[in-house]
Amino acid sequence: MNRLLKNREILLTVIIAAMIAGFATRAQGFASPGNLANIFNDTSILIILALGQMTVILTKSIDLSVAANLAFTGMAVAMTNAAYPDLPLALLIVMAIGIGAFLGAINGYLVWALRIPPIVVTLGTLTIYRGMAFVLSGGGWVNAHQMAPSFLNVPRMPVIGLPILSWIAILIVLGAWFVLTRLPFGRAAYASGGNPTAAIYAGIDIGWTKFIAFVVSGALAGLSGYLWVSRYAVAYVDIAAGFELDTVAACVIGGISIAGGIGSVGGAVLGALFLGVIKNALPVIGISPFAQMAISGIVIVLAVVFNARAERKAGRIILRDRGAKEVSA
Amino acid sequence: MPILEMRGISQIFPGVKALDGVSIKLYPGQVTALIGENGAGKSTLVKILTGIYRPNEGEILIDGKPTTFASAQAAIDAGVTAIHQETVLFDELSVAENIFLGHAPRTRFGTIDWRRINSGAKALMLQLESEIDPTIRLRDLSIAQRHLVAIARALSVEARIVIMDEPTAALSRKEIDDLFRIVENLKRQGKAILFISHKFDEVYEIAENFAVFRDGRAVGQGRLRETPQDEIVRLMVGRDVKDVFPKVEVAIGAPVFRVENYCHPTEFRDISFELRRGEILGLYGLIGAGRSELCQSLFGVTRPSSGRLVLEGKPLDIRSSGDAIRAGIVYVPEERGRHGLALPMPIFQNMSLPSLGKTSRSGFLKAANELALARKYAERLDLRAAALSVPVGTLSGGNQQKVVIGKWLATQPKVIILDEPTKGIDIGSKAAVHAFIGELAAEGLSIIMVSSELPEILGMSDRVMVMREGLAAGVFERESLSAEMLVRAATGNQ
Repeated sequence: MNRLLKNREILLTVIIAAMIAGFATRAQGFASPGNLANIFNDTSILIILALGQMTVILTKSIDLSVAANLAFTGMAVAMTNAAYPDLPLALLIVMAIGIGAFLGAINGYLVWALRIPPIVVTLGTLTIYRGMAFVLSGGGWVNAHQMAPSFLNVPRMPVIGLPILSWIAILIVLGAWFVLTRLPFGRAAYASGGNPTAAIYAGIDIGWTKFIAFVVSGALAGLSGYLWVSRYAVAYVDIAAGFELDTVAACVIGGISIAGGIGSVGGAVLGALFLGVIKNALPVIGISPFAQMAISGIVIVLAVVFNARAERKAGRIILRDRGAKEVSA
Repeated sequence: MPILEMRGISQIFPGVKALDGVSIKLYPGQVTALIGENGAGKSTLVKILTGIYRPNEGEILIDGKPTTFASAQAAIDAGVTAIHQETVLFDELSVAENIFLGHAPRTRFGTIDWRRINSGAKALMLQLESEIDPTIRLRDLSIAQRHLVAIARALSVEARIVIMDEPTAALSRKEIDDLFRIVENLKRQGKAILFISHKFDEVYEIAENFAVFRDGRAVGQGRLRETPQDEIVRLMVGRDVKDVFPKVEVAIGAPVFRVENYCHPTEFRDISFELRRGEILGLYGLIGAGRSELCQSLFGVTRPSSGRLVLEGKPLDIRSSGDAIRAGIVYVPEERGRHGLALPMPIFQNMSLPSLGKTSRSGFLKAANELALARKYAERLDLRAAALSVPVGTLSGGNQQKVVIGKWLATQPKVIILDEPTKGIDIGSKAAVHAFIGELAAEGLSIIMVSSELPEILGMSDRVMVMREGLAAGVFERESLSAEMLVRAATGNQ
């Protein structure tokens, strides 16, 4: 399976490269380094959210509340910034991560202690968090002129050729890779999803693992809340509506098994970039936004079919292995 | 003249001959008891008769005419119906729907004829002397009542051959009496019944004929009235086991682990035993006697209601499997796939999973340490794999079992619980596993070995504890061990 996964990553890279090359023939300058950096920067938030989503999905759960969490946290930091323009940006970012993590912890607690299925919990909290954003803002907007210059400008500041937003995404990618492959929590996440019963037997607390996964996903959603509001220079109740589905789609395209236990950070990142390239390319080559959604949907379904086929192949390997053994015996 | 006759039936699975040239006859109006140990081939025979498996050799004759069951439906059409060990019914559907699922009467417009379903169900239930309202949902019924529904479902097709696979396992004495009245009723209607049971008293009460299976062969058949019980036990157990399992003599040391009055709210009660260094304690009993449940509780997966565990003189407080592993008690589960391995994960990560505390350094995973650990036990167990980084799912069954055992050995336990260590693996691997268990004992580990295979229990154990219906039915020393004794203790037949 590991080799198949690697194949998946190589395959995705090839497909993305081919898409970029293809679009470049239709739109001058699409493949220029500047435009590619733009696409990456544009996809940064999706990458961050997809990594949180992936952590949750690995444990055989799903977090549908990420976009609502993002909207609430974004609104909260934007209003704080508007009310107290002198607060240091670092504090606001810590606040965003903290609020996000807390909202994630609510999800995690409900899944862990009350054993409610994650899809139900996060479907509920999705509505609640979005509703809280409305209550908090009274339906109002926070516009660019109410935000402090540092609040708006820091993520855009270029450092060695890339905006800070891109660098944050790169740091999160490295961090996620480290956590999932180098910390016991990461191993516990893979084991809890790969075979929950075996994980329990190996002394792993599945409930706690899921709880932590939701906190991680919530914290990343909170951080994305600030990044989103800063990037689009506006906060209102409906920002990022439906974006949770994009994060799930990025994971599915990246080969993260919805059944849990299978997937890599590289896959999730490539899945997000794949969507990012399509989103950026279709308007350039003159395809309507409605067709874009349909095309994204088709790609997701194809990815699921591909995943299912990959998993079936794994079954055949076992059979072949046994068959070979009998022949040699 | 028999209604159904099977001649020379063989069923071969990869590596295992589940049935080997079995012949059996079923007569109208008579009950034939099918007796044998777990794994003797009884369930395979049932699956052939119900069209789930197609035998590799042999023929099935109905009313003297050869037939083949190409599908489960073909078996039903031929008049064979089965009441299974675990009743396969739907909790959320009504009694009547459960009975007629798949063959519901239709109106002339092709829609389901509810009036006929409900009246038909009522008639069937009355035939079984039950007043259950056919419109209530199944989940509101007791286990025994569900069983009646399963029987009604079996009778709702025009069956002439009824197979009952351990129908009394979950029933009380009174319910068993009711069931036997139903069986008598079916006999009077001229149906041929194949009755599978472990319990001799029931078999003698209800059956006319018997067939004993052992290792996939029919080793004895005849009239029950002319056959004493000892003869049947002898047929069932058969061989002289001491030749097959050359036991390694191990000097047994001081007591290591003590279990005192261990109770579980529902599964077992008042279990006490002591385990010594280098000792193999066999845990024998029928399926459902509470053996696995006891072991899972010792390992912290379920919590006991009362009782005490003492390891090396210190009382243990085990609240989770993590606690048990740290204390030095590990459990190698029966179902490799479900309990043992995360199949998508690499071999070395599966092996190091319970030992991560040992292989990690200051909270970080160390792949090099994990690989070293895995390599050590892979070599020791002679694991055949292309690389330790390939997913466990790509290995054969025997090698997967080695990964499971290696994973638990790597925790360096004091007490190791092996639940059916050789279930579902071929004979050659079995011998290797047995030799390995002997080595572990020689190294001073204390071993609890759960097994349903008498030869394995008799051949490997220093002492045997028999469980029956959640209670300890006796502890036997190796010197005084006999198969007949264990079977009697396990079946409650004195």
